[in-house]
Amino acid sequence: MKEEIIIAGFGGQGVLSMGKILAYSGVMQGQEVTWMPSYGPEMRGGTANVTVVLSDNRISSPILHAFDTAIILNQQSMDKFEPLVKPGGLLLYDPNGITRHPEREDINIYKIEAAEEAAQLKSAKTFNMIVLGAFLKIKPVVEMENVLKGLKKSLPERHHHLIPMNEKAIQRGVEIVKEVTVVKA
Amino acid sequence: MKGNEAIAEAAIRCGADGYFGYPITPQSEVMEKLMELQPWNSTGMVVLQAESETASINMLYGGAGCGKRVMTSSSSPGISLMQEGLSYMAGAELPCLVVNVVRGGPGLGTIQPSQSDYFQSVKGGGHGDYKLIVLAPASVQEMADFVELGFDLAFKYRNPAMILSDGMIGQMMEKVELKPQQKRWTDEEVAQMNPWATTGKPESRDYNIITSVELDSEAHEQFNHRLQVKYRELEEKEVRFETTSVDDADYLIVAYGSSARISAAAIEILREKGIKVGLLRPITLYPFPTKEIQRLAPKMKGILSVEMSSGQMVEDVRLAVEGKVKVEHFGRYGGVVHSPDEVAEALEQKLIGG
Repeated sequence: MKEEIIIAGFGGQGVLSMGKILAYSGVMQGQEVTWMPSYGPEMRGGTANVTVVLSDNRISSPILHAFDTAIILNQQSMDKFEPLVKPGGLLLYDPNGITRHPEREDINIYKIEAAEEAAQLKSAKTFNMIVLGAFLKIKPVVEMENVLKGLKKSLPERHHHLIPMNEKAIQRGVEIVKEVTVVKA
Repeated sequence: MKGNEAIAEAAIRCGADGYFGYPITPQSEVMEKLMELQPWNSTGMVVLQAESETASINMLYGGAGCGKRVMTSSSSPGISLMQEGLSYMAGAELPCLVVNVVRGGPGLGTIQPSQSDYFQSVKGGGHGDYKLIVLAPASVQEMADFVELGFDLAFKYRNPAMILSDGMIGQMMEKVELKPQQKRWTDEEVAQMNPWATTGKPESRDYNIITSVELDSEAHEQFNHRLQVKYRELEEKEVRFETTSVDDADYLIVAYGSSARISAAAIEILREKGIKVGLLRPITLYPFPTKEIQRLAPKMKGILSVEMSSGQMVEDVRLAVEGKVKVEHFGRYGGVVHSPDEVAEALEQKLIGG
């Protein structure tokens, strides 16, 4: 198993921490992992992306030009990363704020209305966990049990009371993710 | 854990005595992590934010002069400010560890990863005939491991050692296994292991003087000669490298640090196409694995040096090969990181043609 993932959106959406939780989940499952952020002067409001690789074997490059999965959370990222999904790969996106929807016909496309759901849950910060749940429903590359361990590991102890809320958000993501187009294998 | 954080954890665990630094992207997590871990409460290690990089390196001069295991970290522009101090430390034969998490230059440059400080690190960025021991980590694990190795080599040879990393290895998170906590040297151990250090003069020995000045040029030539003997010994005994898939290879990529990781992925791409490529990854950039390149070169149809610069290490590869095989350079630079596909394409274009 080797899964190369790019998660891209605005700073402040929890892009980097979502990648971190996914990476820690992989560690909990005994996988090799790399987590490589785009770091920059931009913070909240700027663009942010992170490349996460999960693999059963030693990982060579943590920097990639093609991805098994792109998780896309704003329009700039859609423009940049839709072309970089490998044929037959996965594009998961939140349509909120997207003006040009994905157009490729050789990849699997799913959408997750995470921003809307987070608003309904009255907890904007769980947005990224809803997206993570959606991804894990489509590609269960790590077991849910290990995701919860990863969540615990990556959150500082003073935030551990927020774990049940995040767990619920992951579960909502699993439930509400929608298929847009699926290519025949 | 991030590469930068691994440096901090490893420094405490290997029993370092002091860290003196000044924040700069992309390595600020080193001091942030040290401040978070508060080793002054556990091991007694000093962590101090100096007023500048110039101050940091001179604090290292003082600490090292007392035989203490002291270190600093910075990124390219900050390391430039330390060059005078490094030359003085090499001249006073003082051991220390300096971590450079390289970003794109020249000048203030960019905060994104680069490998364009190779010349500065291995050819002597300061003045005079001196060398740094230069280690190039290619993973977060090696960021941790090379802290202790760097200190060990620095003290063994009484010479500054540098970990030459970059923004990619510094910012990346990977799994890492940390060693158990070791004790810091006691005052007695410092005095015993470093008889040259200024630890207070007992009656049993003469004064220890830490200096890089010698106004008698004959004597200074003798001193320089001793340095050169030390460097030849380093070249003989301390060369470290890793080779992958070289046995059946027709082409060789030479790359260090993050470029070695990216090149490993490029080699997977090329081998799928039936092009047999191997990787030589220098772990010590000084001393450079010249002999291993010389050994492998005759078996190759061509060699590609891959680095995030306009071509620096390629000169040392060419010196090793002595014109016997075609040696080309590839690399994006100025803060742009090349992808495995770009490296694979460059090898095909530059060495195979088409």
